[in-house]
Amino acid sequence: MFPCLKLKYLEERLQCISEFEKPKILLEQYVTPSHLGSHMLYTIQVSQYGDIDGKLVADLGSGCGALSVGAGVLDASLVIGFEIDSDALDIFTENIIDHELTNVDAVQCDVLKHLPNRFDKTFDTVLMNPPFGTKHNAGIDMKFLETALRLSKNSVYSLHKTSTRNHVLKYAESLGAKGEVLAELHYDLPSTYKFHKKHSVDIEVDFYRFII
Amino acid sequence: MKLLTHNMLTSKCMKGVTVGYPLGINVSDVRVSEVDFNPEFVAKIIPKLDWPVLYNAAESIGQLEDLPKEVIDNFENDREFLKKVHHVLLEVDIINGELICPETGRKFPINNGIPNMLLNEDEI
Ligand SMILES: C[S@@+](CC[C@H](N)C(=O)[O-])C[C@H]1O[C@@H](n2cnc3c(N)ncnc32)[C@H](O)[C@@H]1O
Repeated sequence: MFPCLKLKYLEERLQCISEFEKPKILLEQYVTPSHLGSHMLYTIQVSQYGDIDGKLVADLGSGCGALSVGAGVLDASLVIGFEIDSDALDIFTENIIDHELTNVDAVQCDVLKHLPNRFDKTFDTVLMNPPFGTKHNAGIDMKFLETALRLSKNSVYSLHKTSTRNHVLKYAESLGAKGEVLAELHYDLPSTYKFHKKHSVDIEVDFYRFII
Repeated sequence: MKLLTHNMLTSKCMKGVTVGYPLGINVSDVRVSEVDFNPEFVAKIIPKLDWPVLYNAAESIGQLEDLPKEVIDNFENDREFLKKVHHVLLEVDIINGELICPETGRKFPINNGIPNMLLNEDEI
């Protein structure tokens, strides 16, 4: 397939993801928008790094499975989604079935508490769109990053708020990884996720690649 | 849940559990679905597997077919062998059942293909 067709195809696939029915604010449940997700995945596999096809891939906080489905479509050998919430996992399963994917698996667990360390250094690639953290769980995305760097033996792709860039890069370095910002994005947190009175909030987010 | 995933899961995070591996399996529902065969991937993953655990898991759910009891020599170049491993690792899916902690007997339900490894506060 021509590369530009592949991007369009990917975006179309991600447009048909069923979303959270009643998003839980505390877990920061919102779906990576299809436009953003498809560009991320396209960069990770097609245009730049070849980090999905034939690889073992983890998706931390996999939610409804936007990133897992995308990685499945791009021929990961196996994607394992890790997610704490049963309702999200029900929709995840529905999406995997609708997309007729047989290379995607999921485990229900708390990524920050009981992810067995037999998984350490097992995955070629870890993907995530982690919770960014609010007042009561500030820094949660750094805990996700720490777990991701522990699980991967090659690369981690993630989103973090632009306002925390220096901190993110330093933190990754302190864990022995090298971070690079691949793109700056405007992330339109959807109106379903009303932590403000506005219908949506535009925040600035960096798309990272970390090398172990 | 694929047997590749089972090969990694433990209950070690539980209070009082030292190894928590391998997790026993009870199944009520297994499905086999076709997955694209990638011999390089399978050859790369074999050294990372706990082979006896894979073998016993496949046997306990009646999906052994003719998987050898030990990894064969020169497996990288044996397409037939890699195909068998591919099948057991990635094509067999446990849909409903439970995983069992080998030390405490704690059961982790598998529903709709997803094992629930969440622990209560008093178990950590
Ligand atoms: C921003 S959403 C991203 C969802 C999905 N990956 C996507 O890209 O559309 C973050 C997800 O992390 C999950 N989550 C939050 N805390 C978690 C934890 N401690 N362990 C596992 N999952 C968690 C939430 O339930 C939510 O589904």
